Amino acid sequence: MSNRATNLLVPIISVILGLLVGAVIMLVSGYDPLKGYAALWNGIFGDLYTIGETIRQITPYLLAGLAVAFAFRSGLFNIGVEGQLIVGWFAAAYVGVAVELPKIIHLPLAILAAAVAGAIWGFVPGLLKAKFRVHEVIVTIMMNYIALHVTNALIRTVSDGGDRTGNIYASASLRSEFLQNLTEFSRLHFGIIIALVMVGVMWLILEKTTLGFELKAVGFNQNASQYAGMNVNKNIILAMVISGAFAGLGGAMEALGTFEYVSSKGGFTGIGFDGIAVALLGMNTPLGVVFGATLFGSLKYGALNMPNAAGIPIEIVEIVIAVIIFFVASGYIIRLLLLRASAKKKEAK
Amino acid sequence: MSFLEVLYFIVPSAIFYAAPLILVAIGGVFSERSGVINIGLEGLMVIGAFVGILFNLLYADTFGSATPWVALVAAMFAALLLSLLHAVASITFRADQVVSGVAINLLAAALSIYLVKRIFDKGQTDFITERFSRYNVPFLSDIPVIGPLLFKSVYNTSFFAIGIAVLAWFVIYKTPFGLRLRAVGEHPMAADTMGINVTRMRYIAVMISGSLAGMGGAIYAQTITNDFGHATINGQGFMALAAMIFGKWHPLGAMGAALFFGFAQSLSIVGSSIPYISEIPNVFLLILPYVLTILALAGFIGRAHAPLAIGKPYIKGQR
Repeated sequence: MSNRATNLLVPIISVILGLLVGAVIMLVSGYDPLKGYAALWNGIFGDLYTIGETIRQITPYLLAGLAVAFAFRSGLFNIGVEGQLIVGWFAAAYVGVAVELPKIIHLPLAILAAAVAGAIWGFVPGLLKAKFRVHEVIVTIMMNYIALHVTNALIRTVSDGGDRTGNIYASASLRSEFLQNLTEFSRLHFGIIIALVMVGVMWLILEKTTLGFELKAVGFNQNASQYAGMNVNKNIILAMVISGAFAGLGGAMEALGTFEYVSSKGGFTGIGFDGIAVALLGMNTPLGVVFGATLFGSLKYGALNMPNAAGIPIEIVEIVIAVIIFFVASGYIIRLLLLRASAKKKEAK
Repeated sequence: MSFLEVLYFIVPSAIFYAAPLILVAIGGVFSERSGVINIGLEGLMVIGAFVGILFNLLYADTFGSATPWVALVAAMFAALLLSLLHAVASITFRADQVVSGVAINLLAAALSIYLVKRIFDKGQTDFITERFSRYNVPFLSDIPVIGPLLFKSVYNTSFFAIGIAVLAWFVIYKTPFGLRLRAVGEHPMAADTMGINVTRMRYIAVMISGSLAGMGGAIYAQTITNDFGHATINGQGFMALAAMIFGKWHPLGAMGAALFFGFAQSLSIVGSSIPYISEIPNVFLLILPYVLTILALAGFIGRAHAPLAIGKPYIKGQR
C-alpha cells in the first residue's frame, strides 16, 4: 500500500473506531446507538436551519484548526489556541461595543483587533521558545489560564461589574441577512467566508512564499535550516504569531458573528482544544483542516440534538472526539497493522 | 486584624488547598522522571474526583466515617486504569505524548459528565454526607503560634500528602528503583544496555502518576467542593503540572511549589477579608501561579532542566 493511502486511511480508521467506541458506550449504558446516531445525523442535516447552524459551528473550528496546523508545520505545538481564541473574542467584542464607526472601518477594525490580540498571546510563547528554549507546550497551557482570568476581569471592568458586555454595534457585526434567509433564519454569518479565505491564505503562505518554505524547513530540521542560513529564532516567533492570529480570528467569529457579545467564562470553550484534533485529523494541511473542521463542527452541533431526540447526553460526542484524537495520535500502531494486512495480501497472491 | 490572626487564617487554608496539588504534582514527577510527559494529569484528577464522589455517595451507609478513605482507594484504581490508556498510547503505540495527554483530558471530562448525567439525570452529583473531618492534633495544637498555625482543625489528608511527598523523595533518590526510574528518563538506551526494562519502568511510572493524581482528585472533591460537576477540577491538574515544573521535577520542590500555589489560591478566595490584600485585584492572585511558572521556565527563577529523554518514545536499537 502506498504511503499516501496509509496517510489517508489512518484518520478514516480513527473516525470509524471513535464512532464504534461511542456506540459501545451507548450500548453498555442502556441507550440505543442507532437512535443516538440517527439523532446526531438529523442534528447536522435535519433541515436548512440546522445545516446553517452546522456551518456556523464549523467556522471557528476552521480557524482553530488552521492555528494548530500552522504551528505544527513549523515544528511547534500550540496548545494555546484556546487562550488566543479567548483574547481574540474579547478584543473583537470590545472594539464592537466601545466605538461606533462606519461599517467599512468598524468591522475590519474589530476583526483586526482579534487577530492582533491572538498574535500577542502567541508571541509570548514564541519569544520564550526562541530566546530561552522554553517548551511552548507548557507556556501555552499557562497562557490559556492567564487569558481566561484576565478576560474575565476585563469583562467585569468593561461592564461595570457585570457578567457580559452589551451587544456590539451593528456596524461591527458579521451578521448576513442573505445567509440567514438562505437557511431559514439560522445564525449563519459572513465569518465562514473569512475562514475559508484564511484556509487559502495559509496554503499561500506555506506553498508559495519564502517564509512558508523557511517555516516548513524549520519544522523538518532546525539544525539544517540554521546551517542553510535561515533565522530559526525569527521563524519560530513568526510561526507562533501567525498561528495566534488565526486563533484570534476564531474568537472574532464568536464575538462578531454568533454571539455578538462576550461573557465571562467559568471554563474553557473547548474550541481551541478541539482545534488540535481538527489539525491532526487534517494532517496539518489547509485542505485537511477543512475536512477536520467540518467533521468536528458537525459532530459538536449535531450532538445538541441527541438529548431531545434520543435522551442521550451530548457528552457522548465528546467521548467520540477524544477517542478519535487518541487513535490519530497512535497512528503508528494503525500503520503497523495496515502494513501487516497488506503484506499478508501480497503473500496470498 | 493583627498579623498573627491573618497568618492563622491563611496558612491552614493554604495547606488545605495545597494537599491535592501536592499529590498530583508528585504523580507528575514520577511520570516525567521516567521520560513520559503527562499532560493528562488534569483528566486523571477529574476521574479521581468523579469516582471518589460517586463511591462516597453510594457506600456512605456501608463504610460510615471511613467512607472518604475507601473512596480514595477506589478513585486511585479508576485513575490508574485511565493512566494505563496513556501508557499504552505513549509507550507502546509511540503516540505523541502531549496529544495522548490531551485525549486523556478530553475523555475524562466527557466520560465523567456522561456518567453523571446517566446516573443522576442532571449535570452534577448530590452533595456527599461523609466528609474528611478536621481535627486538632493532640498536644501539638497547644504549642503557642505553631499550634494554631499548623495543627488546629486540620485535615489529615494534608499530612497524608506531605507524607507522600517525603516518601516519593526517598523512593526517587534513595532506592535502586528510583535510580532506574531516573536513568530511564535521562538516557533510556544506556539504561537498556544495563539491563533495565525501559518499557516496564515507564509503565510503572505512568501508573504511579495515575494513582497519585486520582487520589489528589478525590481529596480535592471530598474536601473542597463536596460534589462533582463539569467545573469541579477546573485546571487543578494543570496547576499541579505547573507546580511540578516550578519544583524542578523534584518531589520536595514540587511540594513546596504546591504549598505556594495553595497559598496563592487561598489568598484569591479569602483575600477579600484581609486588609491590604483585599485591595489587590483578584485577577492578579488568580494568574500568579501561571505567570510564576512561565518566569521559572524562562530561567528567571533559577534554571531547571527537564529529564533529557522526556517526550521521546524509546525505540530499541534506534540511536
